Amino acid sequence: MTRVFISGTHAVAEAADLADVKVIAAYPITPQTSIVETLARKVSSGELKAEMVPVESEHSAMSTVVGASLAGARAFTASSSQGLALMHEVLPYASGLRLPIVMAIANRALASPVSIFNDQQDSLSQRDSGWLQFYVKNAQEALDFILIAYRLAEDPRVLLPVMVCMDGFSISHTSEPVEIPSRELVREFLPAFKANYPHLDLEDPKVFNVMAFPDHFEEFQRDKHESSRNVLVITDEVYGDFNRLFGRQYGNVEYYQASDAEVVLVGMGSMMGTVRDVVDALRAAGQKVGMARVASYRPFPVSEIRSALKSARTIGVLDRDISFGAGGILYQDVVRSLYNESGPRPRAINFIVGLGGRDVSHRTIRTCFERLFLASDKEALGTEGELQWPDENEKLLKTWEVGKTYGN
Amino acid sequence: MEISLKTLPDEEYVAPGRGGCPGCPAVLGCRMASKVLGRNTIQVTSTGCMCVNYGYYGAPRYPFVHSLFENAGAVISGIDASLKAQGKRDGVNLFGYCGDGGTVDIGLQALSGAAERGHRFLYICYDNEGYMNTGSQRSGATPPGARTSTTPVSKLSPGERRPFRRKKDMVRIMAAHGIPYAASASLAYPLDYLRKVKKAIEIDGPTYIHLQSPCLTGWGIPESQGVAVARLAVQTCVFPVYEVYDGNVFKITVKPREKKPIEEYLKVQGRFRHLFTDGWPEEIAKFQAEVDENWRVLNALEQMANGGENA
Ligand SMILES: Cc1ncc(C[n+]2csc(CCOP(=O)(O)OP(=O)(O)O)c2C)c(N)n1
Ligand code: SF4
Repeated sequence: MTRVFISGTHAVAEAADLADVKVIAAYPITPQTSIVETLARKVSSGELKAEMVPVESEHSAMSTVVGASLAGARAFTASSSQGLALMHEVLPYASGLRLPIVMAIANRALASPVSIFNDQQDSLSQRDSGWLQFYVKNAQEALDFILIAYRLAEDPRVLLPVMVCMDGFSISHTSEPVEIPSRELVREFLPAFKANYPHLDLEDPKVFNVMAFPDHFEEFQRDKHESSRNVLVITDEVYGDFNRLFGRQYGNVEYYQASDAEVVLVGMGSMMGTVRDVVDALRAAGQKVGMARVASYRPFPVSEIRSALKSARTIGVLDRDISFGAGGILYQDVVRSLYNESGPRPRAINFIVGLGGRDVSHRTIRTCFERLFLASDKEALGTEGELQWPDENEKLLKTWEVGKTYGN
Repeated sequence: MEISLKTLPDEEYVAPGRGGCPGCPAVLGCRMASKVLGRNTIQVTSTGCMCVNYGYYGAPRYPFVHSLFENAGAVISGIDASLKAQGKRDGVNLFGYCGDGGTVDIGLQALSGAAERGHRFLYICYDNEGYMNTGSQRSGATPPGARTSTTPVSKLSPGERRPFRRKKDMVRIMAAHGIPYAASASLAYPLDYLRKVKKAIEIDGPTYIHLQSPCLTGWGIPESQGVAVARLAVQTCVFPVYEVYDGNVFKITVKPREKKPIEEYLKVQGRFRHLFTDGWPEEIAKFQAEVDENWRVLNALEQMANGGENA
């Protein structure tokens, strides 16, 4: 084990190296680019014995790792934003073929308007692709979860591809102390690759991506769903092994001061570090606040979220994304987890924050907690109150009413 | 092994009972190629008639991947890289067999990337000059004057009407990548075709064969006439059969003894019938002029390769 001072992208590249990936195919896009650049250097110097395929697009990057994985090798790619959107068509193809590919995402907003900065719209828009999705909070977790991702993806009870999502810039480009585990320990956690899924084999020829007619199709989808749910069953074992070998304990949800909290903020990614800080400050002032950070977004830990949040008075869900015309994407998952709970349910408010790199500051989080306390005292919220934009610049909003400016 | 009718194996590499139209030339082209490629083959086929023909009822006796419509070139790249990384690349014939839509249109980028990066594979495009699996729509390989469901014939239009007329010249597009070998081939000249397949698969790099593949339903020809129409395409020089080495050296491999007028090719196909019956004689004349010009240029390119001497 060594301790180094590196950024999230560098940590991810180290993890891919430690995982001994055999094929890498990726296409440059900010803020992901330095992952592939670092890997390209490792391959060209001979430090990492792998094939690096410098493809001509992200659609081809995903298709190339599909081919590589089908031919029986551990494959890796990374992307962001427009690049991930371009892969969209190939994602369910990869998960349907049950290929244990791992992809790192440096989260970035989707155009238009153009932004190279962070939110989680890109990967959350790929929610229903059949990929598992984990959201990390710092560079160390980015490294650790790449290893965990391969272990889960290649588990015969799962056999699904995994995205490990880290916030663009705040994690991808921020250097922090990161522990790089030794190769021997990594091999113990993640055994040498063996293609334990249907793959290209001259001795045992198969047809891949067959046509499934209505009497067969649903069963394929159901199996994908069940295999994704299996992750929740085996993560205890996997996180336990990880902790035993590397001394860091993970969970599908990370709680902080949540068990006796009256109001709880739920969210994903690096902004939850700020939430944690504010929780400390408010707790010191005697306020019963807490935090729940969702690490495993797909599969979604429904019952875990339900039991953790059911006794809160009010919960707030921070969404660094928006499903236009409906509200935050994470909010829908959290609220539906509580629906079938008998007895009193917490009230819920959805906060849209941090879009396109807007800072999620201590003040923002304090505002959210204040509003949660306010809502706890109110009888009803109404639909307006359910969805809030705590950081919105009202003046700016008024100047950009596209229909008023251009419609007349 | 020299390719001749005697040396081709009797063994079939496709299980009986495949889907598709009886007499489909695209199936014939694949079956023939597999006789040269043998069992140590991995085939990638993009969405289109062939993935239905092979991917459901009748399966080949070697691994077969139905890719998506536009990513065959990239899936091939991944398989090539993966086998190399595992030290398993030798002795495997990596073979793409894709329609013209999946090649000259939506799949052009992925194929171009695979060629430019220098992966080792043979890619055969079976060119039936349209999107046939979805009911005969036009593609960038549809010839001018052809009726398709998206280039319907009317009083105002003779069918496909590309302003610059020429269908995408995929052999030359691929040759322009500087790849070691690009060629066109015809089902009516099977030994020429299969010798090209053999030559290509032995090369350690990207190789390309453009196989004209008449479509019975889309072109409006009888089940028994697929190969006959392919022969007329070569005899009229509508579809010249040639090879290009290293992007520059051209060699015409089948030279018709006597160049037939294109009417002989057009009139046997339903998709061109309106050119004769609905009064589009200038379309036929333009088509002939274009074929003549293309044939002249091709011969000139061949001469250039021979240092200016006539072959
Ligand atoms: C991205 C995408 N767009 C459209 C389609 C619908 N589609 C399936 S096959 C096909 C045409 C295939 O044409 P071609 O490659 O020429 O093969 P052919 O059917 O003629 O053998 C189309 C348009 C698809 N499957 N995927
Ligand atoms: S539609 Fe044409 S290409 Fe497709 S199977 Fe029938 S004959 Fe073959």
